[in-house]
Amino acid sequence: MADKLPEEEHPKVAFGWAARDQSGVLSPFKFSRRATGEKDVSFKVLYCGMCHSDLHMIKNEWGNSTYPLVPGHEIVGVVTEVGSKVEKFKVGHKVGVGCMVGSCYSCDNCTNDLENYCSQMILTYSAKYYDGTITYGGYSDIMVADEHFVVRIPDSLPLDATAPLLCAGITVYSPLKYYGLDKPGFHVGVVGLGGLGHMAVKFAKAMGAKVTVISTSPNKKQEAIKRLSADSFLVSRDQDQIQAATGTMDGIIDTVSASHPLLPLTGLLKSHGKLILVGAPEKPFELPAFPLLMGRKVVGGSCIGGMKETQEMVDFAAKHGITSDIEVIPVEYVNTAMERMLKADVRYRFVIDIGNTIKSSI
Amino acid sequence: MAKSSEAQHPQKVFGWAAKDTSGILSPFHFSRRENGDEDVSIKILYCGVCHSDLHSCRNEWGNAHYPLVPGHEIVGTVTKIGSNVKKFKVGDRVGVGVMVGSCKSCEYCKQDLENYCPKHILTYNSIDNDGTRTYGGYADMIVVDQNFVVHFPDGLPSDAGAPLLCAGITVYSPMKYYGMTEPGKHLGIVGLGGLGHVAVRIAKAFGLKVTVISSSPRKESEAINRLGADAFLVSNDAGKMKGAIGTMDFIIDTVSAVHALAPLLSLLKANGKLITLGLPNKPLELPIFPLVLGRKLVGGSDIGGMKETQEMLDFCAKHNITADVEVIRMDEINTAMDRLAKSDVKYRFVIDVGSSLSQL
Repeated sequence: MADKLPEEEHPKVAFGWAARDQSGVLSPFKFSRRATGEKDVSFKVLYCGMCHSDLHMIKNEWGNSTYPLVPGHEIVGVVTEVGSKVEKFKVGHKVGVGCMVGSCYSCDNCTNDLENYCSQMILTYSAKYYDGTITYGGYSDIMVADEHFVVRIPDSLPLDATAPLLCAGITVYSPLKYYGLDKPGFHVGVVGLGGLGHMAVKFAKAMGAKVTVISTSPNKKQEAIKRLSADSFLVSRDQDQIQAATGTMDGIIDTVSASHPLLPLTGLLKSHGKLILVGAPEKPFELPAFPLLMGRKVVGGSCIGGMKETQEMVDFAAKHGITSDIEVIPVEYVNTAMERMLKADVRYRFVIDIGNTIKSSI
Repeated sequence: MAKSSEAQHPQKVFGWAAKDTSGILSPFHFSRRENGDEDVSIKILYCGVCHSDLHSCRNEWGNAHYPLVPGHEIVGTVTKIGSNVKKFKVGDRVGVGVMVGSCKSCEYCKQDLENYCPKHILTYNSIDNDGTRTYGGYADMIVVDQNFVVHFPDGLPSDAGAPLLCAGITVYSPMKYYGMTEPGKHLGIVGLGGLGHVAVRIAKAFGLKVTVISSSPRKESEAINRLGADAFLVSNDAGKMKGAIGTMDFIIDTVSAVHALAPLLSLLKANGKLITLGLPNKPLELPIFPLVLGRKLVGGSDIGGMKETQEMLDFCAKHNITADVEVIRMDEINTAMDRLAKSDVKYRFVIDVGSSLSQL
């Protein structure tokens, strides 16, 4: 029996932009979404952030992409319908969905609010849902998600600049907390000033840290200090600057996923310092044992955050007035935006104005 | 002109030292300082042979100064105490481990973390406060600042207890720091040698489930029947390793040779921790994806502070934890070192210094 067409799989008509193959070129795509189940929240998508993961996935760089692929996991909008068993949301609420739309609910990780580490976690796009159909992301007009994986966005936060919190924001907030780098007065280094990096600076400052941005681009210094309020800036290729900062940091959040030397970063750590990787370079780290042991240092990773923590992060952002620095684009610009993202030519996140531009792009 | 080792200090001492990078040890006459106000003089009875002694003697870390008297698992009796020493009296049985000094004023020293003091002084191959070199426990006596001497609990035998002063604290400290003391959690221990076998015993005393991971299948029976481990994994048995994926909360890696970390990381559950204690002379390869996707971490640890070392000894005395030792004479040390290089020891050599080191 032939598989159903995307348009016919489900009862609700949906429209988005999808990549059809590894070229990653996105184009209009008609598909469908399930009816609002008893625990589902349906919402009209107003904005969707463009994450670098979207770029990796449309080009199948991780080898697990299913086409047609509708990316987007920084999705915000307004609730249009809720299922009969939904307790936390009402029609008209501002809501968001991030990188996950499902998990097993019963493993150790799920019961500890760590759905992101559940071995059966379901990604928002290009993954298989419980009903066997493929998930489609937020470069689309409507979204249906289980309420467990939906967060409430306080009215005080502007929707467009809040969208990137749902991936970039939680990705840096979670390790700042888990690895104990949220203590006032701590010195936190942030490697890479992009979508993740600029959020890390904002969160760390709000947590009371002194923040040093570490970057290969000297031209980002002005921004880092004047606009983002970082306390200092290190050019990572400048040996003298790196040397002068030896043993000064309590922790470093490394947001860079391109391969880069990690040894100099461990040198920047004080004794008991922690180097936390949230970008995932492909090449392994040549880890010399002596510095790790002699300073009881740690090299760790982190991957987004659980749902409880994601809501906590959004509320924290609302309390401290933290949003992402964005460039809003119409959906027709999305392929150009992907090319610019590849060259890191954005300050610091593209956000697609879905609400105003998706209908006219059909 | 630099003074000869014998003439540097007033007290004559006899021990065995490595004279060059061959690492071969031979009799060596040297000297130690007069017992100061803060000092304790110790007649050495036993000294454990740590793999670090081997690395140092053969200059495998590139920092050896010869002549080098190794030995940092020292047990002996107090023969003299300085005027400010209140904690010890003549005749007490005491131990000295890996350090003999620190700055005493930095944030680490103040938190009883002398081992992380940037100026801490090692028991051997280091520079003491007076600018002279430190010499270790392969010798008839040692003079040590009281803050770096520990009481040896009554229940602990001197020979089988000596290795606790380095091997013991080296595994005890990370178990506490990295939160491995919750009963029922699953700990993997890589390498069943001096550190590994003591780690099994301490971990069992903490109520952990223990799996030994080793490249030697012949160690399985020992691990389970004698040491009390719950399970044994042969690290190059791909099938068995696969079956254990994602089952461990922690791993303590005691192996000092260069080896692959990726298979060990896969054994950890999400949020698991791999603590590496060995000091190979080349870097280890650490893949990043598993760290990120599973929020795993790799951490280091280096011996322990003095307060924690005393706590560890008291814990071991309470739980009857000692090392499995092969007691040797001083003049057997070179053969022992060769055997140690081939891991041919169950599981620590301990030199009977008191009986076998004699003036020639």
